[in-house]
Amino acid sequence: MERNAKMAQNNLHVPSNVARPGDAPDFSSVPLEPAGAAARPKIDVAARETHDLSYGLIRVLDDDGKAVGPWDPKLSAETLRTALRHMVQTRIYDNRMLRMHRQGKMSFYMTSNGEEAIAIGQGMALRDEDTLFPSYRQQGLLFVRGRSMVDMASHCMSNARDNLMGRQLPVHYTWREGNLFSISGNLCTQFPQAVGWAMACAYKGEEAIAASWIGEGSSAEGDFHVAMTLASVYRAPVILNLVNNQWAISTFQGIAGGNETTFAAKGIGYGIPGLRVDGNDVLAMHAATTWAAERARKGFGATFIEALTYRGGAHSTSDDPARYRPKEDWGSWPLGDPIERLKTHLIVIGEWSDERHAQMEGEITDQVLNDLKEAEGYGTLNAAPRPDPVTLFDDVLKDMPPNLKRQREEFGA
Amino acid sequence: MPQQNMIQALNAAQDILLERDPNVVIFGEDTGYFGGVFRATDGLQAKHGLQRVFDSPITEAGIIAMAIGMGANGLRPIAEIQFSDYIFPGFDQIISELSRLRYRSAGQYTAPVTVRSPWGGGIRGGQTHSMSPEAFFTHIPGIKVVVPSTPHDAKGLLISAVEDDDPVIFFEPKRLYNGPFDGDHEAAAKSWAQHSGGDVPDGHYTVPLGKAKVVRAGKDASIITYGTMVHVALAAVAKSGIDAEIIDLRTLAPVDLDTITWSVEKTGKCVIVHEAPKTSGFGAELSAAIQENCFYHLEAPITRVTGWDTPYPHAHEWEYFPSQARIINALQHVMKV
Ligand SMILES: Cc1ncc(C[n+]2csc(CCOP(=O)(O)OP(=O)(O)O)c2C)c(N)n1
Repeated sequence: MERNAKMAQNNLHVPSNVARPGDAPDFSSVPLEPAGAAARPKIDVAARETHDLSYGLIRVLDDDGKAVGPWDPKLSAETLRTALRHMVQTRIYDNRMLRMHRQGKMSFYMTSNGEEAIAIGQGMALRDEDTLFPSYRQQGLLFVRGRSMVDMASHCMSNARDNLMGRQLPVHYTWREGNLFSISGNLCTQFPQAVGWAMACAYKGEEAIAASWIGEGSSAEGDFHVAMTLASVYRAPVILNLVNNQWAISTFQGIAGGNETTFAAKGIGYGIPGLRVDGNDVLAMHAATTWAAERARKGFGATFIEALTYRGGAHSTSDDPARYRPKEDWGSWPLGDPIERLKTHLIVIGEWSDERHAQMEGEITDQVLNDLKEAEGYGTLNAAPRPDPVTLFDDVLKDMPPNLKRQREEFGA
Repeated sequence: MPQQNMIQALNAAQDILLERDPNVVIFGEDTGYFGGVFRATDGLQAKHGLQRVFDSPITEAGIIAMAIGMGANGLRPIAEIQFSDYIFPGFDQIISELSRLRYRSAGQYTAPVTVRSPWGGGIRGGQTHSMSPEAFFTHIPGIKVVVPSTPHDAKGLLISAVEDDDPVIFFEPKRLYNGPFDGDHEAAAKSWAQHSGGDVPDGHYTVPLGKAKVVRAGKDASIITYGTMVHVALAAVAKSGIDAEIIDLRTLAPVDLDTITWSVEKTGKCVIVHEAPKTSGFGAELSAAIQENCFYHLEAPITRVTGWDTPYPHAHEWEYFPSQARIINALQHVMKV
């Protein structure tokens, strides 16, 4: 075949500039800016004016734990302590659930270790009537919205109390009462759906908006482009968030296109302001989201937020990151640990102490253990009680079609 | 003969293909440095280089489209879709483009693309890691569809698929990766080391596309199946006391109708087994073809044992997954008629 490759010289470029096991962690290529440096524009800013914001980095907490610059949301100490509590609770819950997975009580689990400031900071900046379209790694949103841990764990264990009747994988929550849309396992599908939801808000003249989250890896899907185009065209009241935690299972952010630009800057091309935000700075995440929410509510349209962070844990319980990244990577992440950073800030402003922190951790641990134990009382994946098997035939359609009725009979119901 | 599990056999096949043909390239989500979430390309990037075995961004449409472009331009891509449940963003590229390129260009352009994808249930993967979407693809002219059931066949069929000049969708029953699985999820996991299908010759060999295999000879009834269900059917027949023949289709499109009709004409009774939902599943096509070709030999209605017409459930996986008991029932049913 004349078209066959001549193997003498292969010029195909494949990105591979990332530290691997055995290498020293290296984040020198991650562009960082000092806290307080980014300007805070008016909410009706044009997308093209956000060049500096999308290539820079919005940070509020500086290295000494002080809140600085125009993005400081000036939250009360009480609110900051609430954020800290949610973040600590998310971390403790996640890590207990990991242990329960190891004990065979659920089929699968995914933690949000290291990313807690994103769901918590953003969740707290939104109103209860705003509908959330998260991926599987924003469980903090549920804590902000006050979901019971007994219910969360019951879902994960697919037990008799699981509000999803055992139909969905663990951590793929749905909670209509808390305005949290059904989490899909198919990546990025929620992004354009959130735009559609937001368009319906606009259509109905409501003040409510929608917010959605994807990982940076997922932004390669066509649905990303679709969401950005629709949000721009219809000026939808939506906040589109991309969590750049550096890794998509084993592939680093360069494979998703992060080498040649920042993810935030992609917003500009669609006509959507792009904000690149320190995802481990709960104040910055809160401030950026407050700005974007006001922009959406006032009719100026969507905002695209890149939250810069690091996936601290394994991708999921099916994954072993020691095979593809340096063990000390997370500890070397230049933006630190979001919980430590908020804790330090509270101490610096005289509103917190190590003793109070330890006491709070103790209380939360007790509560988590208590609630998970209660949830186990409703069964686990492998121990009764379980959802009634015959319910597997329900909810395919509103009215069960004849073919399914026959199958349900054959099943023995 | 060397014993291998199905992952090792698939890995060996790809290693050989890379070795023999400099135009073979492999890509997909996590297939490069890491070697795939199921390890099917483990070590291949280190051995053959970053430019031949690499990671793709998470875009199934992009993976298929890139394979079409590369394949049309002289390369021979093996594209991995991480789970067959995630093939749908790439569906348009397969259905509207890959399958029709030869036809619409009157043979001027073709793309010898192989799409590998872990398929089927039995691993508690819920609705997004368990589907059997083969019928969407067998319905489309212009692509071949393969489902192996042993490491031996997986290697030989994958080599045939990649060497074939037409596009092949290669579905891998993931529950069989590490050992044969007969549907008894409470029994200890079995290994391929104790199974003749785990005998995998070294080096290059092929198992032909389009040829079914009689995995158990019998005279009372014919079970037509493929993938994981081959092993469930074998166990069911062993317990049933019925001397059923079991045909492992191995290739669904083009299907080996000769072997099917030869068997059904002999036994006069037929049970079709697959994991996918019943309605418009591949069993519907098989049933129609058997009826058209074997009507006067049939002594009982053709019976299907399939997944229910629901999305694949999570907690109730074993209530969904076609069981040995359901296959035995179906056999007894066709025998009684
Ligand atoms: C359409 C689709 N393709 C592939 C997968 C398999 N998969 C699940 S998570 C994942 C990586 C996602 O990475 P990223 O978007 O960066 O999010 P993160 O897990 O880092 O939070 C992949 C490839 C999937 N769930 N859906």
